[in-house]
Amino acid sequence: VTTALNGEQVAKEITEVFPGAVVTADKATVVVTTKSLYQVAEFLKSTPALGFDYLTNLTAVDYVDYFEVVYHLVSLKHNHSLVLKTRCHDRDKPVVPSVVNLWRSADFQEREAYDLMGIIFDGHPNLKRLLLWEGFVGHPLRRDYL
Amino acid sequence: MVIKTEPFILNMGPQHPSTHGVFRMRVTLDGEVVVDLEPVIGYLHRGIEKMGENRTYTQIIPLTDRLDYVASMTNNFAYVLAVEKLAGIEIPERAEYLRIIMAETMRISSHLMAVGFFLNDLGAMMTPVLYMWREREKLLDLYEMVCGQRLTYNYMRIGGVSHDVPEEFLPALKKFVAEMPRFIDEYDQLLAQNEILLVRSKGVGILPREIAINTAASGPVLRASGVNWDIRKADPYSIYDRFDFEIPVGTVGDNYDRYWVRMQEMRQSVRILEQAMAQLPKGEICAKVPHLLRPPVGEVYGHIESPRGELGFYLVSDNSIAPYRFRIRPPTLINLTALKDMVVGWKVADLIITFGSIDVVMAEIDR
Repeated sequence: VTTALNGEQVAKEITEVFPGAVVTADKATVVVTTKSLYQVAEFLKSTPALGFDYLTNLTAVDYVDYFEVVYHLVSLKHNHSLVLKTRCHDRDKPVVPSVVNLWRSADFQEREAYDLMGIIFDGHPNLKRLLLWEGFVGHPLRRDYL
Repeated sequence: MVIKTEPFILNMGPQHPSTHGVFRMRVTLDGEVVVDLEPVIGYLHRGIEKMGENRTYTQIIPLTDRLDYVASMTNNFAYVLAVEKLAGIEIPERAEYLRIIMAETMRISSHLMAVGFFLNDLGAMMTPVLYMWREREKLLDLYEMVCGQRLTYNYMRIGGVSHDVPEEFLPALKKFVAEMPRFIDEYDQLLAQNEILLVRSKGVGILPREIAINTAASGPVLRASGVNWDIRKADPYSIYDRFDFEIPVGTVGDNYDRYWVRMQEMRQSVRILEQAMAQLPKGEICAKVPHLLRPPVGEVYGHIESPRGELGFYLVSDNSIAPYRFRIRPPTLINLTALKDMVVGWKVADLIITFGSIDVVMAEIDR
């Protein structure tokens, strides 16, 4: 069975290396600042005991006050999982660093989140709409899109 | 004299017989050799994630049928499992077994299509597919018996399944399960010992293990690359831990391995079906669940091993009758990420079969 790592435990390990990176953590998830997201992701991937080599799902949720980008990470080697999140409070220009360099599975999924939710992934090599056409105005999965 | 050559861009699709739906590839070619490829998708986008936010949890079940329409039962299954995880619903034993029976017959049916059309892409026009359809037809008849539908079943419910199986179902399934291994042998002889298939698919379209993991490939595509990762074993859901079966794993990750893994998985599905039928208990088929379900505030990521890979549903609930966020993790969209790595350096004809070996369903990619 894939064990879900305790978010608080992982948050402690992250804070040791990157003080101030963790915003909040509970049993299942770790929320980090957008500024430190890439470093934390790199840390989660390259630390042998964590070894998150498989980014299975990447998506964004609009909570009106802020956008939340959700990363479902799995380690095939250790068979454990973690939910990593980051929040953007700027509604007009939500920018999150891209993790394509770490996990290429983020490629289409980041493009999709940009397309449908309007999250800008800084550092993505080819950030353009994935499902909708180039001339489309707006981002349909936002709560204020009707 | 040196001949001046330059690469040119070929637009394949969206309407092309080999693209299995409306899929477009922007291929850069140097002569006949592929040097770059960019998939262009979205022609079938219906906004199912947005539609889900305006429907009750039960009303979403028929929407999931319209994702991977070759394997609708498994979409139903993944979705209801995610909702049950979110709301903490226990389901009756008989329903668990019926779901497993449906999921595994669906895997056979879907792999039959995948293997048949793989041969189609190799140029064996329609003959292998019609053999595969001979068996698939029997499964569609079984589904028609239980829910009246042959393609979009809408069979599973939150808490169980919609109907119990009719009297004639189990004898028909028993007959199918008894006959199927012989048919698989027959196909194996017809196909896997075929010179053309071997030459065209062995060593072609190799997906190395590291790239397969890095691009989060799943299902037969990942396992063909030598990664022993099947969610039925790695993170058992429903009652998969009660069955004895093996995970076929490829070695090289070429087109032949992907084909081979699918053939072997059908044999394993037959094994699971035999055990499930033997253990099938009597009793209720659906738990008592409120008509307008209001799961507690929270979120859940539920995933299953669908015939094409890891099918996941990420649901966020705000305790209303509709999910706040309804996200589908489509296995084949993410499997497509690695397509470029598999085809660069090969010829256009190899591109067609490599794309076919991923086994895509466009309705699921575009949602």
